[in-house]
Amino acid sequence: MTTLVEAPQSAEPPSTRTRSRQRSAAWKRRAPLLPALLFTIAVTQVPFLVTVFYSFQSWNMVRPGSQHFVGFDNYVDVFTDSVFLQALGNTVTLTVVCVFVAMLLGLGLALLLDRTFPGRGIVRTLLITPFLILPAAGALLWKTTMFDPTYGLLNWAFGVEVEWLSNYPLAAVMTQIVWQWTPFMMLLILAGLQAQSREVLEAAQVDGAGRWRTFVSITLPQLSRYLQLAVLLGAIYIVNSFDAIYLMTQGGPGTASTNLPYYIYQRAFEGFDVGQSSAMGVVVVAMTLIVATFALRLMFRAFDVSRGVK
Amino acid sequence: MTARTNRLGRGALTGLTWLVALLFVFPVIWMVVTSFKHEVDAATDPPTFAFTPTLEQFTTILDRGFLPYLANSAFVTGLSTLLVLLLGVPAAYALSLAPVKQTSNALGFFLSTKMLPIVAAIIPLYVISQNLGMLDNVWALIVLYAGMNLPLAVWMMRSFFLEVPTEMIEAARVDGAKLPTVLYRVVLPVVAPGIAATALICVIFAWTEFFYAVNLTAAQAGTVPVFLVGFITSEGLFWAQLSAAALLASLPVMIIGWVAQNHLVRGLSMGAVK
Repeated sequence: MTTLVEAPQSAEPPSTRTRSRQRSAAWKRRAPLLPALLFTIAVTQVPFLVTVFYSFQSWNMVRPGSQHFVGFDNYVDVFTDSVFLQALGNTVTLTVVCVFVAMLLGLGLALLLDRTFPGRGIVRTLLITPFLILPAAGALLWKTTMFDPTYGLLNWAFGVEVEWLSNYPLAAVMTQIVWQWTPFMMLLILAGLQAQSREVLEAAQVDGAGRWRTFVSITLPQLSRYLQLAVLLGAIYIVNSFDAIYLMTQGGPGTASTNLPYYIYQRAFEGFDVGQSSAMGVVVVAMTLIVATFALRLMFRAFDVSRGVK
Repeated sequence: MTARTNRLGRGALTGLTWLVALLFVFPVIWMVVTSFKHEVDAATDPPTFAFTPTLEQFTTILDRGFLPYLANSAFVTGLSTLLVLLLGVPAAYALSLAPVKQTSNALGFFLSTKMLPIVAAIIPLYVISQNLGMLDNVWALIVLYAGMNLPLAVWMMRSFFLEVPTEMIEAARVDGAKLPTVLYRVVLPVVAPGIAATALICVIFAWTEFFYAVNLTAAQAGTVPVFLVGFITSEGLFWAQLSAAALLASLPVMIIGWVAQNHLVRGLSMGAVK
């Protein structure tokens, strides 16, 4: 160690005073960031670490004193639990289908809105409304006024007698979620459409490019950043879908429409199994992190985070 | 294409747009219509279109103790959004105009917390709240909602801060203005609309939040979504009452969102649109 300390003296060492001044300047710059950072760590990271701790315990809340260390037992149970695997499948289906369909519908609506026509402002106001309805209210209204087998509007409009919620539970839930999130996608895509330069579009038309050609070669590439953002934000929220399932199907019939958030909720608040539900939570986080690593990379590319860092 | 067929085509497209919009928003229109019905007209086959409107459902909802839930929602939404701004504005500043070295790490950290599924933290949050006597307490929700919205808010506000021309700040500094003056006189006017847009989105997400509210609150600190859960068992029987409650519960956010549509677009696209 002594040789290491002596070595810099022959070079040009920054005096300890400048170094400590630099360090305090760096801390001064960080100061505005720290409260937000510490708060976020306390509210989101600490509970998660506690979840990891719980996941190695056998602990049922209705049996006080039952808490003890069991190692990886809970994880073994989780991966051999067929309901968990089904809930995992449902979560993936629900997220992928809802994000994709909502984005396609949102793109269609945005293209319809991206022109001047009488009442454009009113139409836009109407179209964003489902996003502003309380999701809990939306779910209950779809369950009753739309999907009800006897008095629901869907069966009346199509002249059929379908038990939507018992025969197609996952599809019914997805319909409500897509309805809720399409305006969100539409708004983002519309913002992207309106950000493209009119001159380029006109130039393409002058050069004889048809509508479709212009859309594919000019509009879509320019939209891609907005589409990525829409997919990322949509997925973050839709993967956590709970309201629609809790209020419309209670995960049923059986476990046909159970997703991971709902199953973990059931294990924790109806089964009172803290250990196992915690283990599921940890598994979900691990899987989300794998997906998120890719998503984050996309986000950074799309938003050029190096901008502003000098 | 002749001018005439062109105009026809445009008219048809406009008609289609209107039709699609009305169909899409129909569940909401139907909610409003149903909320003014008597219960006998609400669930019928075929649906009833002509009826004598009544305000009966709204008075029933108020009698059932809706107002305390509404007050809780307003309190929690307002204070959690305020907390987000108090913590988020300085953070966004530190990640844009006076960037710290670890900016991209910090941004990545904030966004990654958003990807942490909330179910993964609910059990400790429940146990901790129980031990602290904070179950069914509005302050617990305020802290949690601030934690939920802060990451997105930091991202959004950072992109608004980046729009402030650095020359303006430097010019003001050269003229001898102190940092607080610069922030107040130069930076704030440019970022204020962005902060408003961010606050709006925090308000929407806090007002509509369901998972924490249902699991951590009940009669004391319950927010409007918790009030609506009461209708889950009365399915098929009280549609008019449900519609009235759904309308009342959604109305505040609906009005704010309608009025501030452009802010909503700007906020969601993270300042990418001028």
